[in-house]
Amino acid sequence: MSPPLLVVENLQTRFNTRAGVVKAVDGVSFTLGRSETLAIVGESGCGKSVTALSLMRLVADPPGRIVGGSVRLEDTELLALDETAMRRVRGKLVSMIFQEPMTSLNPVMTIGRQIGESLVLHEGLSRRAALARSVELLQLVGISEPAQRAREYPHQLSGGMRQRAMIAMALACRPRVLIADEPTSALDVTIQAQILELIGRLQRELGTAMIMITHDLGVVAETAERVIVMYAGRKVEEASVGELFARPLHPYTRGLMKSIPRGAARLQEIPGMVPALSNLPPGCAFAPRCPQASAKCRAMEIPYEEKQPGHWAACLYV
Amino acid sequence: MQEALYFVRRYPLGAIGAVIMALFVLTALFAGTIAPFDPTATDAPASLARPGGVHLLGADFMGRDVFSRIVHGARISLAVGLCATALGCLIGVTIGLASGYLGGTFDLLVQRLIDVLQSLPLLVMALVMAASLGPSLTNTIVAIAIPLVPNVARIIRSNTLTLREMPFVEAARAVGMSEARIALRHVLPNTLAPLIVLATAQVGSAILVESALSFLGLGIPEPHPSWGRMLSESAAEYVRTAPWLVIYPGIAISLVVFGTNLLGDALRDTLDPRLRR
Amino acid sequence: MSGYLIRRFFLMLVTLFGISVVIFVMLRLVPGNITDIIFDSAGFVNPKQKQRIERELGLDQPIVTQYARWIGGLARGDLGYAYVSEKPALQEIAPRIPVSAKLAGLALVFSTLFGVTLGVVSAVRQDTTLDYVLRVVSLSGLSLPSFWLGLLILMACVQWFGWIPIYRSTPESFWRELGLLALPAAAVGFRSSALVMRLTRSSMLEVLRQDYVRTARAKGASERAVNYRHALANALLPVVTIVGIEAAFLIGGLIVTETVFNIPGVARFLVEAIRWRDYPIVQNLVMFIALVVVLVNFIVDMLYAVLDPRIKFGA
Repeated sequence: MSPPLLVVENLQTRFNTRAGVVKAVDGVSFTLGRSETLAIVGESGCGKSVTALSLMRLVADPPGRIVGGSVRLEDTELLALDETAMRRVRGKLVSMIFQEPMTSLNPVMTIGRQIGESLVLHEGLSRRAALARSVELLQLVGISEPAQRAREYPHQLSGGMRQRAMIAMALACRPRVLIADEPTSALDVTIQAQILELIGRLQRELGTAMIMITHDLGVVAETAERVIVMYAGRKVEEASVGELFARPLHPYTRGLMKSIPRGAARLQEIPGMVPALSNLPPGCAFAPRCPQASAKCRAMEIPYEEKQPGHWAACLYV
Repeated sequence: MQEALYFVRRYPLGAIGAVIMALFVLTALFAGTIAPFDPTATDAPASLARPGGVHLLGADFMGRDVFSRIVHGARISLAVGLCATALGCLIGVTIGLASGYLGGTFDLLVQRLIDVLQSLPLLVMALVMAASLGPSLTNTIVAIAIPLVPNVARIIRSNTLTLREMPFVEAARAVGMSEARIALRHVLPNTLAPLIVLATAQVGSAILVESALSFLGLGIPEPHPSWGRMLSESAAEYVRTAPWLVIYPGIAISLVVFGTNLLGDALRDTLDPRLRR
Repeated sequence: MSGYLIRRFFLMLVTLFGISVVIFVMLRLVPGNITDIIFDSAGFVNPKQKQRIERELGLDQPIVTQYARWIGGLARGDLGYAYVSEKPALQEIAPRIPVSAKLAGLALVFSTLFGVTLGVVSAVRQDTTLDYVLRVVSLSGLSLPSFWLGLLILMACVQWFGWIPIYRSTPESFWRELGLLALPAAAVGFRSSALVMRLTRSSMLEVLRQDYVRTARAKGASERAVNYRHALANALLPVVTIVGIEAAFLIGGLIVTETVFNIPGVARFLVEAIRWRDYPIVQNLVMFIALVVVLVNFIVDMLYAVLDPRIKFGA
């Protein structure tokens, strides 16, 4: 097996807020192989987006700050790079697609120019050449009349088209890693499927590795090969997709599975709410909501172990 | 008390503004005790006395003590500033609330009126009104209050429009509350926060306009001491020979308005959750 | 876009109409008219003479007719007569316009250049010492009465240079004239620049918080590109609107500054006319001022429509 493309070890990101220090990412580690698709799934507030932003060092400082850990892309330690060097990585080696395409695109710049910007920056293309390439990219992502669209502004495109444009923008320089942060959450259901299909196809064609951040297990099932489940800034389970769906181990994962609507069966919610990250109790963060929690769960640090081959979980009772 | 300390720590500038305002108010209230001289008492031999000694900040060409006039001027400025702002806000809130809440033709008319009135600079309107009404304390207050109305009305109106659509208003309606009650007991209290911020800024504007009016001779008449008029009487002629006549009244005006602005800014930052860091 | 502009144009006309009514009413709030005041100061009232003058000035007509006559006159370009000088009002007002225009123009340039630059710097370096200093300076700029600033400038000139900048109505050259106007323009412009600085700063901060700025960073754009190519272009749009607000601000400043520096402009004329109770002039001058403000706002709206692609290519 070839060496992993991206190795994240014990990543820790903290935020200084009025309510105290929030450990948004508390010791997360994972690897990503070439051309592999990894999904990070969890409810809002579990730290998955912050993890993604931390990988690209886009966390706003202040109030946020990466305080520990390591992020190695091939041979380079990303966290040790100075800002100029990091900028050469962003957009060229690692790219990101965001959730809300309307607000993530500059309203006063044409689509063509926004896509061309990374080409000009990283590949030294002239403006004209970049524009021509942008048109090609727009065609690649399935936008009709790409030459016309390249001259238009974001508000003139539909939501689905905007997201396609964002994908074109992210893939312009053929990055090694593509991070997709909830790319379909803001779109209509019908468009969601198209976009996911597009991302998957392009990823395979270009051989890009992908990290798919989502709260939707359906998206996970469709796109990913491996999954990490996060809760309160930590990993609680990790496995291949098939394995996770067939045998979910952690009570949280099982709760998530049960809350997917299935035919006429009653929706089962997970009682309680995600805890305030500034005030986490000792022991397992999920304990207050867990049907199987015991006093032991609440008292000690729960080890994250390989419960079955290739399948890790942080729970005392699985 | 806890809240106050928290405010001071987070908004040091706002705290300074509050202190300045407090000093201002105290000076105005206890003017009689603080001022060593009667502000209108002339004293020919002391004409154009330099600052120092008995006349702390000097004396003007009629021998009137500058310090005493400034202290008593605080009273006038406070009175005019507060009254004009209060009057302007009262009228503005009523119009804005009614307009935003009732909507329809009334709202349309009010909107046009607000647009019209906002096309004229504050000073111009106040000037014309003051000229038209004639110089007196009350007239000056009215002349400043009326131009303040459109701004207040516009902001209250837009707030009301937003609040009107909010779920808690619908809930109140569903329970059977009359529109008037809803307007007064639910909508109005929620517009108070921005209103307070606005009012604080308006007090500063009111004081500046009053001083400009008095400077031009169309504001507060004799015998009331007004900072603005102190500056006009000393303009040009005494710029070279008696600079203290120009410096101190101006500092007084600037300081007070500065205080209102600091306070207003800090209040606005406290009340706008988005700007919190 | 043309629909937008046509609507704004009509709105402008309606506003002007409304203003004329408001001005007309404002000047007639107190019972009695100009003849009373004239005769008051003369100290003696001859009823027959009073009536004659009233009839001459058309003051015996009902209010609505008086208003109609005024508006009709305005439309024809006939501004009536200045009561004090007995010359046609247009003759009195017109020559005073160029000076005020130059003063206002200079002040506008000064305040926009200073205000926008400092506002951007302040936003980009948010919460640093520089930012705090700039904010305090801008706040004090808003707190200073502009006439006091003018007086202080005069004092400084006298104290340190020994001369007073006196404006001459027939200066040697255009640049000389601008030079003479520089100091008063600075006095007027200071207050405006404070306002522009604050508004630019908050607009810029708002923009820097937007998602698309994060996207630009994710592409690897440098801080400079992010600030100036992405953020500023968006932040400047509201600044254009700010210039419109400035227009009103500036005129207030002109009134007192022209008085302090003794510049024979339109704004000072307004004050004089008010002092002389020359109400026909006052009416026309205020109308003129309102016209300028409304026109500037309209131009700003047009500019905005051209610059913002969301309006230009209708959403």
